[in-house]
Amino acid sequence: MKNGFRQSMAWLHTWTGLLLGWLLFAIFVTGTSSYFQEEITAWMTPEVRSVPADGPESFAAATRWLGREAPGASEWSIYSAGKRAAGLQLYWVNGPDAPADAPTDARLDGAGRKAEARETRGGAFLYRFHYDLYYINWYWARWIVGIAAMAMLVAIFSGIVTHKKIIADFFLLRLGKGQRSWLDAHNASSVLFLPFILMITYTGLVSLATHYMPWGIAANYANQEKFFEATFPWPAPAEKAGPAPLIAVAPLVERAERTWGAGAGSLRILNPGDRTAQIIVSTAPDAGMSVRPRSLTFDGVTGKLVAAHNPSGAATSTEGTMIGLHAGRFSSGVLRALYFLSGLAGCIMVASGLVLWTVKRRAKLADPDRPHFGFRLVEKLNIGAIAGLPFAMAVYFLANRLLPPGGAGRSDSEIAAFFIAWGAVFVWAVARPSSRAWAEALAATAASFALVPIVSALTTDRSLVASLAARDWVFAGFDMTMLIVAAGFGWAASKMLRRASRPMIGTGRREKSLPATERA
Amino acid sequence: MSRAIEILRGARWRDIAARALAAVPLNYAVTSALTMLIARLLPGGAQQASVGATMLSFAIFAGVAMTAFAVRSVSRLWVGLVATGVAAGLADWGFIAWGGRL
Repeated sequence: MKNGFRQSMAWLHTWTGLLLGWLLFAIFVTGTSSYFQEEITAWMTPEVRSVPADGPESFAAATRWLGREAPGASEWSIYSAGKRAAGLQLYWVNGPDAPADAPTDARLDGAGRKAEARETRGGAFLYRFHYDLYYINWYWARWIVGIAAMAMLVAIFSGIVTHKKIIADFFLLRLGKGQRSWLDAHNASSVLFLPFILMITYTGLVSLATHYMPWGIAANYANQEKFFEATFPWPAPAEKAGPAPLIAVAPLVERAERTWGAGAGSLRILNPGDRTAQIIVSTAPDAGMSVRPRSLTFDGVTGKLVAAHNPSGAATSTEGTMIGLHAGRFSSGVLRALYFLSGLAGCIMVASGLVLWTVKRRAKLADPDRPHFGFRLVEKLNIGAIAGLPFAMAVYFLANRLLPPGGAGRSDSEIAAFFIAWGAVFVWAVARPSSRAWAEALAATAASFALVPIVSALTTDRSLVASLAARDWVFAGFDMTMLIVAAGFGWAASKMLRRASRPMIGTGRREKSLPATERA
Repeated sequence: MSRAIEILRGARWRDIAARALAAVPLNYAVTSALTMLIARLLPGGAQQASVGATMLSFAIFAGVAMTAFAVRSVSRLWVGLVATGVAAGLADWGFIAWGGRL
């Protein structure tokens, strides 16, 4: 504006970052956890033991199960999340003579038996929250998330422009120096992980691109439906023509996998047991970098190949690969861990940026004991977002173990526990002096994460020790991650506790005399 | 003296509001018009062109948003954006009126 390019970009960076930082933090934290969505779901359904043998036989077993349980259906679909899946997810559309309240979905374990597990949304709740939020209409939620993501993109670009010494900041982290340390933490996490953070923001926007920018389609299509039909073909079942036995699906799945050189991830069977039956086999989510699946359609009676769908074209491939890069479903264990660490760096970047806003301004406050309303608001919202959301996640995991396994509406209660816990931290932040509230909320978060493996060991037979003995890396990894996260928050809480009970240098604030017991 | 500061402060808020309006709603309209134009001009068929233009739109939006806070003159910013939007919109209208849509 009037002070030159770099200053105006610094101003833009500060205010777009602050205005949407709290929401961005929630998106980053829940999104980062989603790299282990399947593992979280596995941990939250401890009753399910076997992981399906990846491949045609598990699809065949699921088809036999559906033939017994939903013979009159007009459509069956069987989904596998790929090699890491904790089971197969089944959906079907009941025929006209089925009762209205007949079930339309089920989960199977590897042996083709119905998985009898506690009702939970598992990792899918956190995954969906990172772009659909909760308690509000998904349409508007996606707009809110998109505005936050666009603000993030602008904040990143303006942050890059604001930087004078981008290379030096790779190597600079001065700890224990107040504002300078917060700035270093903000710079180190964002500059070192800049390629990831830029990628994840842009590809996140591309994931919901047609929601935000439908005009590119409108330029060429009078009817948006036509675009979607061409892009994502989804054939509907034909009029039924009379019974005929369904062909064995395993050889078809094998043939499809040979054709692609990649695993099958889903099976859609239209009009099973009818002369018009069709079997559509699609590639698994971890079959390639692009998220756009390839598919082969077979005649359900003769097994003849009827159609092949292979998304191609430069733009489609670019789009599918960008979304694939965002979701990381293709990645192996090591790459997945790197994704997770990069996501954590993003969380630290947003959180340290938010804290930096208050740290910078605290030194300039006219009366540090009674800061103005805006300052107090930011401080309280920071506590509620940065300590509150992780606390809510720990409570979500604890609720999964502590709520009775059989109850109706169980998954809703888990989610209610999540939001009550989050809200409670906001209330606590408002009720207590800020520096105390920081320390207490961080300590409560550390304690809850530490409790997760303990409560799990007491309520299931899959304790950390048992998991390690059984070489069950999903359960052992989850429990150990909880302990590491607890240690991280414990460290932050102890830093805050020391700061809360010590005079603040340079701010003119005098130590309030506290009894020794309260200080410890 | 304090009156002068108040006037200055008011001018600053008006300046920020004018830039923010240009950077968000006006920007969205201009970016949409440009995205439509790119979707008509890219090669490779309607579907590929639409997807390609849609992906590019976020870079355009971010660029315009930053420009809105970087340029010196707010009035020239508004004139420039409105002119770009109207020109692109007219071109879009022409393409659709003469070329039709699917």
